[in-house]
Amino acid sequence: MFADYSWSELGSIFAMQGFAGLILFSVFVLMALGLAIIFGQMGVINMAHGEFMILGAYVTYLCSNFFSTYLPALFGIYFFVAMILAFFASGALGALVEWGLIRHLYKRPLDTLLATWGLSLILQQAYRSIFGAREVGVSLPSWLLGSWPLTDLIEIPINGLFVMSLTFLIAVGVYFLMFRSRLGMQTRAVVQNRVMAGAVGINTERVDRMTFAIGCGIAGVAGSAFTMIGSTGPTAGQLYIVDTFLIVVFGGAASLLGTIASAFTISQAQSTMEFFLSGSMAKVLTLLTVVGILMLRPEGLFSLKIRR
Amino acid sequence: MTEKTRSENAFSLRRRELLAGMASIPMMSMLGGPVRAQDYPTAEVNTTGLAVTDDTVTVGILHSVTGTMAISETGSVQAEKLAIKQINEMGGVLGRKIEFIQEDGASDWPTFAEKAKKLLVNDKVASVMGCWTSASRKAVLPVFEQYNGMLFYPTFYEGLEESPNVIYTGQEATQQIIAGLDWVAKEKGAKSFYLLGSDYIWPRTSNKIARKHIEEHLGAKVVGEEYYPLGHTQFNSVINKIKLKKPDVIYAIVVGGSNVAFYKQLKAAGIDMTKEKPVLLTISVTEDEILGIGGENIVGAYACMKYFQSLDNPNNEAFVAAFKEMWGDDIVIGDVTQAAYLGPWLWKLAVEKAGSFDIDKIKAALPGIEFDKAPEGYVKVHENHHLWSKTRVGRARDDGQYDLVYETADLVEPDPFPEGYQ
Repeated sequence: MFADYSWSELGSIFAMQGFAGLILFSVFVLMALGLAIIFGQMGVINMAHGEFMILGAYVTYLCSNFFSTYLPALFGIYFFVAMILAFFASGALGALVEWGLIRHLYKRPLDTLLATWGLSLILQQAYRSIFGAREVGVSLPSWLLGSWPLTDLIEIPINGLFVMSLTFLIAVGVYFLMFRSRLGMQTRAVVQNRVMAGAVGINTERVDRMTFAIGCGIAGVAGSAFTMIGSTGPTAGQLYIVDTFLIVVFGGAASLLGTIASAFTISQAQSTMEFFLSGSMAKVLTLLTVVGILMLRPEGLFSLKIRR
Repeated sequence: MTEKTRSENAFSLRRRELLAGMASIPMMSMLGGPVRAQDYPTAEVNTTGLAVTDDTVTVGILHSVTGTMAISETGSVQAEKLAIKQINEMGGVLGRKIEFIQEDGASDWPTFAEKAKKLLVNDKVASVMGCWTSASRKAVLPVFEQYNGMLFYPTFYEGLEESPNVIYTGQEATQQIIAGLDWVAKEKGAKSFYLLGSDYIWPRTSNKIARKHIEEHLGAKVVGEEYYPLGHTQFNSVINKIKLKKPDVIYAIVVGGSNVAFYKQLKAAGIDMTKEKPVLLTISVTEDEILGIGGENIVGAYACMKYFQSLDNPNNEAFVAAFKEMWGDDIVIGDVTQAAYLGPWLWKLAVEKAGSFDIDKIKAALPGIEFDKAPEGYVKVHENHHLWSKTRVGRARDDGQYDLVYETADLVEPDPFPEGYQ
């Protein structure tokens, strides 16, 4: 396995693979954070999570068209505007969906699975009708393209660095939101005991709507960022949904820290195995490992110890 | 086994062809001007109860316009509608206007089979233009054979199939692979290849043929072969492997959304395809896919196809102009779209040659049909129901079009069951 390579090449392999794993880790965390809030904190199985991401991607696409037509001078920074708009667009749609659909189903969590699955189909067809069935190409400002050569072999993709720092910022933001803000405290209170939270004067309906909207908004930002590395089409959201649920469930549904730990484990395992095995086999082994661990620890890596 | 049935078929075909030919002699002598429907009484040209009236004939269009495959199949639907419109403007088929019934396969293979049955049994359509993935074709094949329908299938595919009820207007695997590999070995001096694909039958069969050809005929080396699940979005690991192995050629058959991720990440990882090495050769990226990938991410890559929108010939100029007039200026036309456009035309020619809409007579008439107005140039139907066509290599520009860099001198014979490559 290693015999084909020289020592310096082996060093480069580990550096490059480590970095590839870190990029994958950031991508996974970004995908999963929104769902971790919605699924983990509220118990809503949101099958339309991928479609909220793609809404963010389409917002980015519209932004890039708008800037290249009307404000070409500012094209270099359009991506930041796009991400903010993506957050609000997906968040607003999320709030609307919570109001029209999800809030009627809190007592029937399994039905949310069907309802949001239907929602995901409706959204896909809506994107297809509005933007066309074909994938759209999102043009990026030139500073986001290309790579930064360290040595002959090691090159650091700039968009990878960008996704990593974005993930870091959003993760820190979510941490402050959930553990240091009033809304976060209220959310956690509602999760732990809805009736009691209502009794002490928390407006549980408002908390639910805000939480769901924020989860969707983060999905929108993730979708916006993924235009750099993936495709933007009506059904592209489906590419992410399985991995996203995998990470959230493996990490322990109610724990944000668990989500991060699980994203790290899965991404490192997968990118290392992809290097030494083929892509399909790496996926199979990753899934087998996850299934095995979940059999031993059905609650996931980290579980909240609360009395239900 | 196949040899025997084939020769029997050939014999009976010839006999039927002869009969059909004799039947049409008196009519031919009356011709000269436009074909008039009254010269071909419905009772004579339609003995099997197809949807043919004195002034119309109904065909079916069966593609996915919803679901995950809509992205690919939309272009085929547009091309088929354009061809039908143009044929009608020229007076239709045997003096009859073509009407079409469009059904949606919804990217779901059982739905394709169900809709195919509906078209053949309820609507009695005279032929069907449709399907895109091999899976959908395999799903409708028993239906077409049982109810004796005629399917015109546009996509380049893995071969290993030959049905009397299907005309394959796209390339089978050898037509798309071998000439391209020969070219890259000769022109670029390629000695080592890295094969890469999405994990399903078409890329795997194609790479199998490619590997045999590279190792046994070109005397070159395959330094890696990899498959990734459909919809995979992270290619950093394989890109690292490619960088270490330093192959002369990256031979990529990645499809769908993965395609976009692969090329974007390749570019981000610093592999510049506009340089001399490595050469990236793909058989899965047409102009349609570049729309999603973005021209700046794939500029410099080579694609092996039979058609590029930029082909410089009068047929193609007229085709591209008509296509844009019907579907808008922003539209691009990929290899499969052009192949889909051939379907209605080949059917029209077969009906006219047979002097009948009857499926059996068309089947007999199809081999040998030549179409010299094809945008790709000139095509001819082979005995095995595939098309003779040229293989071409194009190089991607940053505006999403290809520059033609090579084409085979002659038409390449279709060979769906290539000996020594399986």
